[in-house]
Amino acid sequence: MSANTAEKIIRMANQIAMFMETKPHEEGLAGLANHINDFWEPRMRTQLFALLDQGGAGLRPLVIEAAGRIRRPQAA
Amino acid sequence: MKDFIIPDDRDFGTPASKSKTMVTLTIDGFDVTVPEGTSIMRAAAELGISVPKLCASDNLEAFGSCRLCLVEIEGRNGTPASCTTPVAPGIKVKTQTGKLKELRKGVMELYISDHPLDCLTCGANGDCELQDMAGAVGLRDVRYEAPPEGRLANHFAPRETSGLANPEWLPKDDSNPYFTFEPSKCIVCNRCVRACEEVQGTFALTIEGRGWDSRVHAGAATDNFLTSDCVSCGACVQACPTGTLNEKSVIDIGTPEHSVLTTCAYCGVGCQFKAEMRGDELVRMIPYKHGKANHGHSCVKGRFAYGYAAHKDRILNPMIRASINDPWQEVTWDEALTYAADRMKALQEKYGRQSIGVITSSRCTNEETYLVQKLTRAVFRNNNTDTCARVCHSPTGYGLGQTFGTSAGTQDFDSVEHCDVALVIGANPHSAHPVFGSRLKKRLRHGAKLILVDPRRTEMYEGPHYKAAHHLALKPGTNVAILTALAHVIVTEKLYDEAFIRTRCDWDEFQDYMDFVAEERHSPEAVEAFTGVPAAEVRGAARLYATGGNAAIYYGLGVTEHSQGSTAVIAIANLAMLTGNIGRPGVGVNPLRGQNNVQGSCDMGSFPHELPGYRHVKNPEVRAIYEKAWGVEIDPEPGLRIPNMLDAAVEGTFKGLYCQGEDILQSDPDTKHVAAGLAAMECVIVHDIFLNETANYAHVFFPGSTFLEKDGTFTNAERRINMVRKVMAPRAQYADWEVTQMFANAMGADWNYTHPSQIMDEIAMTTPSFAGVTYERIETLGSVQWPCNEKAPEGTPLVHVDGFVRGKGKFIRTEYVATDEKVGPRFPLLLTTGRILSQYNVGAQTRRTANVVWHDQDVLEIHPHDAEDRGIRQGDWVRLASRSGETTLRAEITDKVSPGVVYTTFHHPDTQANVITTDFSDWATNCPEYKVTAVQVAPSNGPSEWQEEYNAQAALSRRILAAE
Repeated sequence: MSANTAEKIIRMANQIAMFMETKPHEEGLAGLANHINDFWEPRMRTQLFALLDQGGAGLRPLVIEAAGRIRRPQAA
Repeated sequence: MKDFIIPDDRDFGTPASKSKTMVTLTIDGFDVTVPEGTSIMRAAAELGISVPKLCASDNLEAFGSCRLCLVEIEGRNGTPASCTTPVAPGIKVKTQTGKLKELRKGVMELYISDHPLDCLTCGANGDCELQDMAGAVGLRDVRYEAPPEGRLANHFAPRETSGLANPEWLPKDDSNPYFTFEPSKCIVCNRCVRACEEVQGTFALTIEGRGWDSRVHAGAATDNFLTSDCVSCGACVQACPTGTLNEKSVIDIGTPEHSVLTTCAYCGVGCQFKAEMRGDELVRMIPYKHGKANHGHSCVKGRFAYGYAAHKDRILNPMIRASINDPWQEVTWDEALTYAADRMKALQEKYGRQSIGVITSSRCTNEETYLVQKLTRAVFRNNNTDTCARVCHSPTGYGLGQTFGTSAGTQDFDSVEHCDVALVIGANPHSAHPVFGSRLKKRLRHGAKLILVDPRRTEMYEGPHYKAAHHLALKPGTNVAILTALAHVIVTEKLYDEAFIRTRCDWDEFQDYMDFVAEERHSPEAVEAFTGVPAAEVRGAARLYATGGNAAIYYGLGVTEHSQGSTAVIAIANLAMLTGNIGRPGVGVNPLRGQNNVQGSCDMGSFPHELPGYRHVKNPEVRAIYEKAWGVEIDPEPGLRIPNMLDAAVEGTFKGLYCQGEDILQSDPDTKHVAAGLAAMECVIVHDIFLNETANYAHVFFPGSTFLEKDGTFTNAERRINMVRKVMAPRAQYADWEVTQMFANAMGADWNYTHPSQIMDEIAMTTPSFAGVTYERIETLGSVQWPCNEKAPEGTPLVHVDGFVRGKGKFIRTEYVATDEKVGPRFPLLLTTGRILSQYNVGAQTRRTANVVWHDQDVLEIHPHDAEDRGIRQGDWVRLASRSGETTLRAEITDKVSPGVVYTTFHHPDTQANVITTDFSDWATNCPEYKVTAVQVAPSNGPSEWQEEYNAQAALSRRILAAE
């Protein structure tokens, strides 16, 4: 994954987080995970997990917290 | 071509009365019962009796000037005009008596005495009401003749009988590219002037002078039609009962001999037109009076700008090439299809099932769109489908889906007639949805109030006899802050509709939302510093919206095309729920759709995460329906959206694309990134009517068909499914749905549709909201608004009437988050983009018509202060640069934009406004942030390096070798 792609994935995940952070915590957490599950193609989720697996630097805490609820795509 | 009997198309003379009180009278011995307020002329027409008339038309208020429609009423004196005389109970009317016959013949004789008798060579021959009326009243003789020598008192002869020039004669005005104005044929009936005022609302025409000197004139004394305020909507041409205002195409070709009812392929208003034909030559497009979206009105695009369909740039043969650096090679359809299918199959074999995808067109029909998404789901076996709605109204789908439960507007266009307050935000109906714009302006002239929320003082801001009550000229990118501030005022000043909220919405969610918006940081005073809108204006607008009666919100891409587009749509839905402005005529939330079939393409399952009817692919019961219908397993994972496809292409995992009727290279943001994505793909198939900009990167070109060349349906912004009918054979042999089917079959499918109606049957069978839709039903009803099913067999004009589709309306917090696209020392100005009236989208169609006389290049609007700071003068070349790229265009200095804001359109590929726009996008849908880009503007000498390189590449790429 290029630096450019990583930056984009981080930005998109954080944008979703910023919306979900205004909801009650549990609803926001579920909302974030569901949103990514519903709208992110597996390739994008794989890229997200690559970042999460390295500690998720740059990702907002809600994204990191929601990681367990985001569907991890099977390795292609 | 399908025969179609046009329903009662007669002109009833005056508009229908809306009264519920009925009145019975007798006309020529027959009883007739009509609503109170109906004219005698209209009542007679209801009986089938056409009273002779010249100045009356049922789309205009009665005027009573031609004196031809006189009648006699028992017990009343004189011979009143039947158009201006309302019916009364029990009156006995005679439309034909000896006295009336004499009077009419006398009036007609006077008209004809001042009219040239060149009927045989006149463009209106056979389509002239003056001619018809002369026949109707039995005019056989004109006694008035000019003296053989000396002055000649008429308006039509260029020379007097003495041989001198006739000062009363005026030459023909040819300035408009589409119609002529020939003053010598004018009978001063005022119909054109009234149509321009009442129907279009431009007030460009007037009657100059009095009595004998009365002349129709466009604009000021020195103006002609082109230089006046005329917007070329065609309403005057249609109103003219003589050959005075006449289409140039009719003058050139002759009168049409048959007509086919169809639907315009420009914007999302969905105007119905009669395509008037002679053989297979299109003579003219006449707006259809029973069209439910347009009621007989049109704009310059739909009415006149159809010439692109016959333009020499149309590509009529399939073409292929191995590399984008090669010239195109014309081939047979078989060769092109096999070549494309082989390449796509090879890509899937090499790079996997997910390595290819499609883009459906929001310009093509529902049936065509449905087939393209079916192609990827059932034949490519993935969900990589997206559509141009991604880049315009995807946040509408998300936002309204979350709050109300449907991804569509709540009203029909007729609803505007009951609206008291219109809040127009991020939309410019005057330019982008002109026919709806005219209807809104009519309502505003009649007293409704306008709140305009737009960084720019658009053409909607004021017009003849109306002016916006409030203009919130916000900084681009601050919609959510302003919308939340409006809600703050409504909540803290207790202007909300508690009864509505208690019965229709979730009360707990409302409480939470109320706590949120009531916070001081959302007050108009607190946000003024960064929105740039005076707090008092926001408070005034909020009070008016909440308390002014029926309040409707109309919004466009100025709302959706932002990092917070979806949040803004949610904020709009919140406002409507707060004030109970949902579920009845005159209110609602109305997204104005950009393209003719954006609504339809979304309905048809073009988005990668949902099957037709907005049902997520993750749901096994929904997949089961299609698995059964299509006989294949459906992928449960969402596919790639357009920006994701391009990212994946650059990353090297997305290799092949079938793109129907969309020019992503010109229309999508951050052109360089799009170009890089396309260049990285190994097979790009473009299916279009022209070699568009995207085709510069294509390996296969399938020639497309225009809306005139195929059958199908379009769905407009009101969810209205309108028929599109084939008026001529496809110029490239096949309609687009046939090409997709042949391509699918070349890929191994076994599709056997023989008519688009069979595709609609499949859509109805598999999609609950379309369950009742059939071609027969659309033919019978004229059009159908979905949902159309057992519960609503005739369709649904208003949704959420008794309850929200999702159950309880959902209030959602709308926290303002500033976009990452910020101004700074390098890029201190904010660029926002839009459309103008005469051009459409990327201009592929309108640039290939005479519409270029109104807009031959994109210009940059800049405020005088910003221009002065930079030493820029009117018309100068300027360099417009952002962190993405730069381009050059000419400056237009105007205070329509605020200081700090610049504006341009994206109609011309030479300008490439999207070289400037960035890849930032909406958080929920990836809808690009077109409407906010930090830029710098500086004087320049001419085209940028990118423009020159681009043009050179395009020229190379467009070379075509003919088939051997």
